[in-house]
Amino acid sequence: MASEFAVELRDVVKKFITPEGSEMAAVDHVTMQIRNGEFFSMLGSSGCGKTTSLRMIAGFEWPTEGDVYIEGKPMGHLPPFQRNVNTVFQSYALFQHMTVFQNVAFGLEMEGASKDEIARRVGRSLEMVQLTGMDRRRPRQLSGGQQQRVALARALVKTPDVLLLDEPLGALDLKLRKEMQLELKALQQQLGITFIYVTHDQEEALTMSDRIAVMSKGKIMQMGTSVEVYERPANRFVAEFIGESNFLEGKVKSVKGDQAVVDVPAWGEELIGIATGKVKAGDDVSVSIRPEKVRLTDKQGIKENSLEAVVTTSTYIGSDTHVYLDVRGQRFKVWEQNRISTLDPRAYYANGQKVWVTLLSENTLILPKA
Amino acid sequence: MLKRLRENKSAQGTLLISPTLIVMIGLLIIPLILTLIVSFGQRSPDGNVIYSFSLDNYIRLAGFSTDCTGGASFCFNPLYAQILWRSLALAFNTTVLVIALAYPLAYFIARAHPKRRTTFLFLVLIPLWTNFVIRVYAWMMLLRKEGVINIILGWIMGLLRIPFTPLEMLYTPGAVLVGMVYEFLPFMILPIYTSLEKIDNSLYEAAADLGANSIRTLLRVTLPLSMPGVVAGTILVFIPVMGTFIVSDILGGRQVILVGNLIQRQFLDARDPTFGSAASLILMVLTLIVTYFYTRKFGFGEEIVVA
Ligand SMILES: Nc1ncnc2c1ncn2[C@@H]1O[C@H](COP(=O)(O)OP(=O)(O)O)[C@@H](O)[C@H]1O
Ligand SMILES: [Mg+2]
Repeated sequence: MASEFAVELRDVVKKFITPEGSEMAAVDHVTMQIRNGEFFSMLGSSGCGKTTSLRMIAGFEWPTEGDVYIEGKPMGHLPPFQRNVNTVFQSYALFQHMTVFQNVAFGLEMEGASKDEIARRVGRSLEMVQLTGMDRRRPRQLSGGQQQRVALARALVKTPDVLLLDEPLGALDLKLRKEMQLELKALQQQLGITFIYVTHDQEEALTMSDRIAVMSKGKIMQMGTSVEVYERPANRFVAEFIGESNFLEGKVKSVKGDQAVVDVPAWGEELIGIATGKVKAGDDVSVSIRPEKVRLTDKQGIKENSLEAVVTTSTYIGSDTHVYLDVRGQRFKVWEQNRISTLDPRAYYANGQKVWVTLLSENTLILPKA
Repeated sequence: MLKRLRENKSAQGTLLISPTLIVMIGLLIIPLILTLIVSFGQRSPDGNVIYSFSLDNYIRLAGFSTDCTGGASFCFNPLYAQILWRSLALAFNTTVLVIALAYPLAYFIARAHPKRRTTFLFLVLIPLWTNFVIRVYAWMMLLRKEGVINIILGWIMGLLRIPFTPLEMLYTPGAVLVGMVYEFLPFMILPIYTSLEKIDNSLYEAAADLGANSIRTLLRVTLPLSMPGVVAGTILVFIPVMGTFIVSDILGGRQVILVGNLIQRQFLDARDPTFGSAASLILMVLTLIVTYFYTRKFGFGEEIVVA
């Protein structure tokens, strides 16, 4: 493989004309590099431009500005069939008038493969997605999960360098979705090809991906591994979109290395935390504290970062107890793991109970607001 | 009574279809039985029906006659079989031509911008607002010896200094075919459009993604998926063309007699309802047979009718 990157988007813009007649950038100056053999996800809420980005890689849309590079080569206006990528469509887009076998064979027939080769490769492909023996069925006679597998087999049989998947599990129920997540990931590792995966489900993206691009309004908010985007969100948007967080508004007093001191007026406190993005003294920032990274104690802990609080609601949810607190007039949530098996109600916090909240500077994140 | 009706699903169904049922029995089944009875009757010299059980009309339709020239007591002239065959061939040719013209048009409309589609469909329907007969007469104006087409052709030939004798287009089988195609085109465009319009865009993209160019996409994806529309359109065109007499009457004159004209003349000119009834029934049976074999092979296009 010629290039280090399987797919590259360089400063890509895609504008659409809205029904009202104005221009709208569905993808707004996006640059991303997707490595060979990587499981790469685009994550973002509906309408943020994930599908449009994927369609530009596939060749169904052409960028208004910038270009898509596949294996280092600029794609320009190359049609889909001249790019060595294949797509698994959100709606599966199976040919209803063909059998499973014919659906999967379609792409090989277009290549002019021989009958023997088609039979062999279709067989292998169906085996890969565990649909052996279903080849005579029509798509209508299959369950949603099986149709999904046909769509997968149909794309994989072409042995693309890159497989594009647009919310492929969106239509499946939760249990099947979880199974398919693992299966897809295993398949990707076994085949060693690059997967570019679009989803709005953060858990799905975190579980499956080597790297994730978090998108909002056509822009990339952060690109990184699951651990990076969760533990070191680049800004408030990412921290809010992925997982849950307590947010406090503040102003940076000083920065030293990757640590910053922030004045939080709501608490009348100065907090020390890790600055994930570029911040400097005087910046307005958000302080983010994940609810599972806070410790609750009955007595005051280490003086300088222990705050007194009152429990407003406590919800037992099995593995955890969700404790909602009032900390100096601010709502604050803490997830306490139920580590000890007990029926004693005191272990699960009562409304009105006084507790101490201990914040550690390594769990306190100072985020730019963007 | 009402309570029982509420519990009885099949009684509900019967009640719901009863208006249709009454109309069907009153206006279809009973007349059909009457036609059958009349067809076995004989014409009285003053043009009334003598009820009997005689196969004379059917024997006559098959081409056998006792009223022969040259004094023979029995002769064979397949005149009516020829008329039936001509009708069948014309209906077939019309349908094929209509498909060939309607498909590209329907495809074009289905692939047009959604805003424009309504306009195009509107244009397709406009001719239907004018009376059927008037539209056929319009073709007469075009095809006549002194008609618009000949005038334009003559003018062009005049410019090119080529001697020109006006073409005889009216009262030819070609004129009837043109008229039929024109009349029935919308009934093919609409069902094909409906089935094309239902093909999700992602299927075209999937085909392109898998390496198909536009021609192969058309042949392997678009055409098969729009077959229900073609089938429905074929039924909507073939059956009426088999029976219609107005187009052939106006554009074919005495030259192109179809089974529809034959029936019409028996009732109105020859005043022989018994022979007319027999011919009607034969037409119906023939149409039924063709439709039966056709739908057995291709279905009714129900996907488009139902979905
Ligand atoms: N063909 C199109 N014409 C006009 N607007 C479009 C078109 N495709 C997408 N958009 C708009 O672009 C934005 C991004 O869409 P999309 O990429 O589908 O988002 P996502 O997949 O992240 O939900 C949306 O606001 C959508 O309405
Ligand atoms: Mg999408």
